[in-house]
Amino acid sequence: MSYESVIGLEIHVQLATKSKLFSGAATRYGADPNIQACIVDLGMPGVLPVINEDAIKMAIKFGLAINASITSLSVFARKNYFYPDLPKGYQISQLDLPIVASGTIDIRLDESEVKTIRITRAHLEEDAGKSVHEGFGENTGIDLNRAGTPLIEIVSEPDIRSAKEAAAYMKKIHSLVRYLEISDGNMQEGSFRCDANVSIREKGSTELGTRTEIKNINSFRFVEMAIDHEIERQIDLIESGQRITQETRLYDSTKDETRSMRTKEEANDYRYFPDPDLLPVSVSDDLINEIRQTMPELPDAKRQRFIDDLGLSEYDSEVLTTSRELANYYEETLTVAGNAKLTANWVMGELSAALNKDGLEITDSTVNAQMLGQLVKRIDDNTISGKIAKQVFETMWAGEGTADEIIEAKGLQQVTDTGAIEKLVDEVISANPKQVEQYQNSPEDRKGKLIGFFVGQVMKASQGKANPQQVNSLLKEKLQ
Amino acid sequence: MFSHSLVELSRLLDQRSISSVELTELFLSRCQDHNQELNCFITLSPRTALEHAKAADKLINNKQHGPLTGIPFAHKDIFCTEGTRTSCGSKMLDNFQPPYDATVVKKLNQAGMVCLGKANMDEFAMGSSTETSFYGPTRNPWDLTKVPGGSSGGSASAVAARLIPAATGTDTGGSIRQPAALCGITGLKPTYGTVSRFGMIAFASSLDQGGPMTQTAEDAAMMMNAMAGFDINDSTSLERETTDYTANLNDSMDGIKIGLPKQYFSDDVDAGTIEKINDAIKQFEKGGAKIVDIELPKTALSIPSYYVVAPAEASSNLSRFDGVRFGYRAEDPKDLLDLYCRSRSEGFGNEVKRRIMIGTYVLSAGYYDAYYLKAQKVRRMIRDDFQQAFKEVDVIMGPTTSAPAFGLNELVDDPVQMYLADIFTVSVNLAGLPAISVPAGFSSGLPVGLQIIGDYFSEPRLLNLAHRFQQDTDWHKQIPEGFTE
Repeated sequence: MSYESVIGLEIHVQLATKSKLFSGAATRYGADPNIQACIVDLGMPGVLPVINEDAIKMAIKFGLAINASITSLSVFARKNYFYPDLPKGYQISQLDLPIVASGTIDIRLDESEVKTIRITRAHLEEDAGKSVHEGFGENTGIDLNRAGTPLIEIVSEPDIRSAKEAAAYMKKIHSLVRYLEISDGNMQEGSFRCDANVSIREKGSTELGTRTEIKNINSFRFVEMAIDHEIERQIDLIESGQRITQETRLYDSTKDETRSMRTKEEANDYRYFPDPDLLPVSVSDDLINEIRQTMPELPDAKRQRFIDDLGLSEYDSEVLTTSRELANYYEETLTVAGNAKLTANWVMGELSAALNKDGLEITDSTVNAQMLGQLVKRIDDNTISGKIAKQVFETMWAGEGTADEIIEAKGLQQVTDTGAIEKLVDEVISANPKQVEQYQNSPEDRKGKLIGFFVGQVMKASQGKANPQQVNSLLKEKLQ
Repeated sequence: MFSHSLVELSRLLDQRSISSVELTELFLSRCQDHNQELNCFITLSPRTALEHAKAADKLINNKQHGPLTGIPFAHKDIFCTEGTRTSCGSKMLDNFQPPYDATVVKKLNQAGMVCLGKANMDEFAMGSSTETSFYGPTRNPWDLTKVPGGSSGGSASAVAARLIPAATGTDTGGSIRQPAALCGITGLKPTYGTVSRFGMIAFASSLDQGGPMTQTAEDAAMMMNAMAGFDINDSTSLERETTDYTANLNDSMDGIKIGLPKQYFSDDVDAGTIEKINDAIKQFEKGGAKIVDIELPKTALSIPSYYVVAPAEASSNLSRFDGVRFGYRAEDPKDLLDLYCRSRSEGFGNEVKRRIMIGTYVLSAGYYDAYYLKAQKVRRMIRDDFQQAFKEVDVIMGPTTSAPAFGLNELVDDPVQMYLADIFTVSVNLAGLPAISVPAGFSSGLPVGLQIIGDYFSEPRLLNLAHRFQQDTDWHKQIPEGFTE
């Protein structure tokens, strides 16, 4: 039998606000335990939450970017459950009237196929603290620095049909929130994580199977592995005549397996109700328009512009717009270099390779956009050849100055003086009479290949600096 | 001296006829002398009180003082006071010293008032008799075998016995007005959002409101000037122009329309109480007010609605008391669940547990619509009831309680009967309206309270009517026997 998987993702994105969702405490990552937890975050008796307006604006920004409707009067609700890292005994979240409702996002499956994923909602909520199990013997330590940090939870419709699509969707959302500068998207630090709802059904069926929820996936690779694993597990169960239990499962990346955390029967009754400490959040059209003005160019629009205005290929445009930082780097390089295709090749080629090798992010690149731009410009204006440029790039990467400085210092300017090149050509011809004879006796279609020998010799004699095109045409002329 | 109102004490301090230290010593010694029989206070803080009094005297000597500077008072033990135990009447918080001051505490400190201690109350403000306090019941100074009402019973009893000239209280379903009525003092429950809830330990967030408990309406107005105002730390606090609550005290009541709801004068109400309320209304008529018979048809629904909404919010508000970060923690917990279960079952009293259970139940999946949502609908109907009435009349009057103070232990085992005692007060909280209770005489030797309910932000009018009434009567000046010296 052939199966189809039905997948929906809930992505939790930590917003890049300076302070928490309901208090003035800082949200900086990595502080000593509990120093960023004020009385409100500690859930002290008598304290009250006050909404952080920046978080509201960031959520609206996200809503606008996915063409969603922004709820004019959205409501915060309490989700009640006991846990030591949840100081108030409830999490302030949104249930019935989330700030963002019904949007869409396009994901690219391959060069020709684009799929639209519907987003049911995105709501604001506060994060919990952290339980620390190491270093306290039989006890558990509680770090409430993260408690109250603003999140948006982005809930997709079950439109995703494979683990690959899930990863593409997750990447797209990740890129979007970074474009919007509403999150740093740092997955190691937990700023971007997701839960996956997975079910399978017979291909062609319109009914939904029983789903399981896989919790807390924090990488693109794991989302693919976890879902693939879960699909397989469900198929095995069905094929062996068993039933799927509705449950929450945890993905263990070291063993590449999911295991049960709790079944539906064990699930909490969260007793949601509107938080009486907070008034409904009213969002005016004026505010929405104001935020619309501050929206950056979004990845899809940028991609299209790269194709239409810069003449880049679909593939290059896609790669260069995967992150706002990369796109910015490319565009800045281009303003200096002035050749879109050549610049794209260098950014995606030498630069990416060097970054990868050293494990650096584009924002930490040793060679900045201005420097790379100058180098590409020197190729484009024939000062150096592409081959020499690679040498210059390596020197730049090692921190030994700008392209022009290196070219100057090492005398790497291309030789374009016809007289000088002619002299070298003559020398090579007279030093290799055998080869000249062989060349001249060969049929035309072989000559192209044989000329390579002479070009190589001339280039060698010029230490690579002679302009290859000039060498080529001079040789052809002289060897006639 | 101890029987003076705030206004009189303020004048004496201003004239430097007495110092704040002298006043503080006087009231402290009264508190210490009488606390054993009344049990009004959970904590007395003589040392810090005298420090504050000295500071107040300095301000007065430098003529940098306000009308309340140097006047002793007490806070209900629900307001967080930095460094001073704030128990909320519960074993759960018996060891709790807040690291911060409530906004109301800050404001009254800034006004220069001298806090002598923390007044007894029903545990987490859940009760109508102050009998649910972990620290034992407060007694009614008019009859030590009777309750003072609740939950602000410690505050009411202490002001009635003149152990302090004024106190703060909080009112979720009548917790300022009912004890004020049963102890024969003046108590104002302001419009929801007028007094900051920040630092006031939450019982039912959408109903809780702090307010003054004083001898007179004029004193309540003075206190309100210091207590009220927008607070950025309380999202439900209202941003409005500053009101001078003393400005309209002497306004004429000529032509004011007073509505008397049929439902507040039913046969279930104590005859002596009705008689006193009718006498009071005649006073207002004499002053030129017009009496209008009105209906508040949804009155009977207020108790069931209140006892769904309030416990629902409470069950969530009290979740933070889990033994993890502050407050009572059970000894040697086996595991996390044991820590939760025992800390909470050992730390909370029965009435609190009862309400947590009711609240948890009404919010549960499958019951939410039938209880919580329906109660919220009823709540809107009750508010509409009042809005309808205020199209016809300026204020509504009736008894604050259906009977004078009941006996200690009389209703402890009958919670529903106890809940029904709130019938005339809870609807005001459900609607978020302001209301005041003023002494209107005695029934069987026990004080009777007249409740005046107004539309939103009509506190100046309520205080005006109460003040004018107190100009013509002396019920508010009566001091219970045994406390006159």
